[in-house]
Amino acid sequence: MALHFDTSVRNSRILSVGAYRPARVVPNSEIVDRIESSDEWIRQRTGIETRHIASADESLIDMAEAAANIALGRAGITMDQVSAVIFATITYPYQAPSAATELIVRLGNPKAAAFDISAACAGFCYGVALANDLVRAKTSDYVLVIGGEKLSDFTNPDDRATAFIFADGAGAVVIGPSDEPRIGPTIWGASAESRDAIVMQPSWLEYKNSETRGAATWPDIAQQGQAVFRWAVYEMAPIGLKAIAAAGLQPEDLAAFIPHQANERIIDSLARSMKLPESVQIARDIRTTGNTSAASVPLAMDALLSSQPELHGKNALLIGFGAGLVYAGQVVELPPLPAK
Amino acid sequence: MALTVDEVLAGIKEIVVEVAGISADTIAMDKKFTDDLDVDSLSMVEVVVAAEERFGVKIPDEEVTNMATVGDAVNFIVGASK
Repeated sequence: MALHFDTSVRNSRILSVGAYRPARVVPNSEIVDRIESSDEWIRQRTGIETRHIASADESLIDMAEAAANIALGRAGITMDQVSAVIFATITYPYQAPSAATELIVRLGNPKAAAFDISAACAGFCYGVALANDLVRAKTSDYVLVIGGEKLSDFTNPDDRATAFIFADGAGAVVIGPSDEPRIGPTIWGASAESRDAIVMQPSWLEYKNSETRGAATWPDIAQQGQAVFRWAVYEMAPIGLKAIAAAGLQPEDLAAFIPHQANERIIDSLARSMKLPESVQIARDIRTTGNTSAASVPLAMDALLSSQPELHGKNALLIGFGAGLVYAGQVVELPPLPAK
Repeated sequence: MALTVDEVLAGIKEIVVEVAGISADTIAMDKKFTDDLDVDSLSMVEVVVAAEERFGVKIPDEEVTNMATVGDAVNFIVGASK
């Protein structure tokens, strides 16, 4: 028997963004000795000059809480009004319960729906896709989406392929109802035949098994840099163009391009492949933030809006891509200038 | 359809100019990507991706590591187009 309830949908938007970067700034010079590299080499290959690294007693949840409180304050929304929290991360050091449930206790609303998503560097854009649909379908009025990582806990400082790339931070957005559509359709998917290109191994079971425990090392992140680079520059430009078209726009209608901050060379290559006009402002937060996986898009969004406040309320293309390999892109209207 | 060496060289020149920002005059069959043209490993990936799209060929990763000179790349692409 059919059910009887309101099946109409409504529009949604990003109401605000908040960011938290750990106080400690680590320049390339602090990293190069252990990996026999140089400041120049790292800048040339990645664009990274400095990154923020959390202190030992600063947790993923501490960073997420700070970012969330900024976002809530800017939206003028209290945590009581938030009925769902989506936390994108791959560095919460507990299998269960989720990072999102620890966060809602901290934020003072332990009754909200709360869950984590594991989509690595695409996690934030996956979260925006889910939150958008939750608001559109009226499942929730206000949804808090967090992208947060403490990658320093899972990066080997002696690994020449990763030690200079990954860093720490958290970003948050509040998504809620809107008069007009201000979050475009999400273009997402995977290239999971390459799921071994970025990994955190070994598994818990290899730790548990007494025969393999001795050989099992801490599951630091490892990646095949060139394979990932090739995938990103080749596959992500068409995804970005599809997301722009799905929103009913042309590249010249964008004011900003805020891709996952994996590598400045990937950012440049994507902008070139998509033939974005010069007028489109490109987020280059990677230079001073490194690659913060799920946190990188909201951190870059916040940095771009801080340096160019005129971009508030303008359209931006977001694209996340990473371990899986998975990706998601959507055009959003950037949040309005906060009241104060 | 088989491509000629001249066709592929002309295309590779355009791609390398765009990716590496160097003058087309400096690009010739005997030039080494790394030593002569300042094309590092990541730029090489960009060149390969652009060449695959332009010439409709597949260039496997293991072949990329063997492509020291512009001529190596051109000859591989001409061979793959047959």
